Amino acid sequence: MQTDEQILLQDVSFAYDEASSPALSHISASIRQGEFVAVLGHNGSGKSTLAKLINALYIPGEGNVVVCGYDTKDEKLVWEIRRRAGMIFQNPDNQIVATVVKEDVAFGLENLGVPTDEMIPRIEQALSAVRMSKYADSAPHTLSGGQKQRVAIAGILAMQPSVIIADEATAMLDPSGRREVLETVQMLNRSKGITVLWITHFMEEAALADRVLVVTDGKIQLEGTPAQIFDRVEEMKEMHLDVPPMAALANELRKEGMPLPGGILTVEDMVQEVEKTLCPSKSAT
Amino acid sequence: MSIEVRNLTHAYSEATAMRTVALEDVCMTVEDGEFLGIIGHTGSGKSTLVQHLNGLLKPTSGQVLVDGEDLNGEHVNRRILRQRIGLVFQYPEYQLFEETVAKDIAFGPKNQGLPKEEIDERVRYAMECVHLDFQKYSERSPFELSGGQMRRVAIAGVIAMRPSVLILDEPTAGLDPRGRDQILSMLEQLHAEQHTTIVMVSHSMDDMARLATRLIVMAEGKVLATGTPREIFAQEKMMLSAGLGIPQVASLCCALRKKGFDLPPDLYRPEELKEHILRLWQNKRKEVLSGKEESLC
Repeated sequence: MQTDEQILLQDVSFAYDEASSPALSHISASIRQGEFVAVLGHNGSGKSTLAKLINALYIPGEGNVVVCGYDTKDEKLVWEIRRRAGMIFQNPDNQIVATVVKEDVAFGLENLGVPTDEMIPRIEQALSAVRMSKYADSAPHTLSGGQKQRVAIAGILAMQPSVIIADEATAMLDPSGRREVLETVQMLNRSKGITVLWITHFMEEAALADRVLVVTDGKIQLEGTPAQIFDRVEEMKEMHLDVPPMAALANELRKEGMPLPGGILTVEDMVQEVEKTLCPSKSAT
Repeated sequence: MSIEVRNLTHAYSEATAMRTVALEDVCMTVEDGEFLGIIGHTGSGKSTLVQHLNGLLKPTSGQVLVDGEDLNGEHVNRRILRQRIGLVFQYPEYQLFEETVAKDIAFGPKNQGLPKEEIDERVRYAMECVHLDFQKYSERSPFELSGGQMRRVAIAGVIAMRPSVLILDEPTAGLDPRGRDQILSMLEQLHAEQHTTIVMVSHSMDDMARLATRLIVMAEGKVLATGTPREIFAQEKMMLSAGLGIPQVASLCCALRKKGFDLPPDLYRPEELKEHILRLWQNKRKEVLSGKEESLC
């Protein structure tokens, strides 16, 4: 890796077949090492296609996708790319292959031909990083959805990736499972500097990202920090996307003339700003 | 149509070492015409409970009474009862199987032995309820549709039975914001216009805040609390103890009250909190103009 640009999309277009209209057309984006980027967009917008292009599951029809310095067009590099950019999918039950948790984590390593004595510590470290060590010998079907997703993440971690791509990894989980999985990935992002591409329908998850890409009709329509994106309430609604409840409320209050600043995303932000607006001298001290 | 659950206990794998009690001595009712929300952490017993409401599971002990009659009584026609109490499972689109949307929706009424005209009429009605255009979609394969559309076809299959009570287990799980909104508007309309009694299990407190007329909170196989959304969402501590959150608007109301702002304790809808914050702001402006200050804080 010579540059800190870890994922580079240069004028990328992709169509599933020649007859149909392109799923993505002329997309350019770059993601730096250690960034946590959320991707929003409704079903059919092209966001999953984007993820699969980065993982070299798809090869662009036009343009280039470069992951960790490797061009996905080069067939010889496919396994290098997949080892570095691991992917988690929506359904926890579709990505567990083994009957024992630690064997499931070993699956990727076995495919890479990692020697057994090196494999064991890597599996242990990976399970410990997702706080699943005590389930190493459990059967996956006894785990909750959130725990299964963490095992899937451990399977990727064992391969020592630079990038984790999560394609709606929390969509089928309950609120506590969602929190569990998101917190695990955030922690890996912060402590290990793993780059994260987080595709989601949950606006409150996107609000925690460093940067948000909004994909509709195969194009990147909006790009910016969560604060910048979620202040554009009307535009988001037009694209049939939500904004976090506090951003929507702030927008309503502003429409009535209340002088609230932009970038209100959480309850804490809102409490602070309401206090500032209603008790100016108090919050100044 | 009303349903009453009396002292219901359900144990899975009864009489084995794996015995687990999913429901313990549960008492609850579904009142005619209400929109009842059932909330609870995973494993709290919600899905087991709704499967008892139309007799899909048999109680280990206790009773389920439909309009006063025991659902598991000897002389009850459970087949007819299940037509009147429709249950939509989680991810119901996995159960679609027919060649066309219309055939899939017609499956239930056809099995009921209804005449062809009646079946056609029911399919049209059900498609209208779920906001799928008959001309455009009836002859399409359900497998070509988007996830949200497939789910609406599956729900239409239950609506075509014209149930008096419609029970849905997490009807919006896994959908994008547009798909979620379409399902919720459709349920809102079905409740308001067709007066269908609706029972919905959901993890989304914001969805419940929008739709439910009453809530039941489940925890560890028991009913922890019941009440209007206003009563339930005002109890942040109880909700947290059940592993649940409250809508963000309710948390904001709570946090602002702790800071000493003059707000009612039980606001949970965005519109109402907006009005109250605006009121505080306007009062403040008046005070600033008339030279008085700080009285708010």
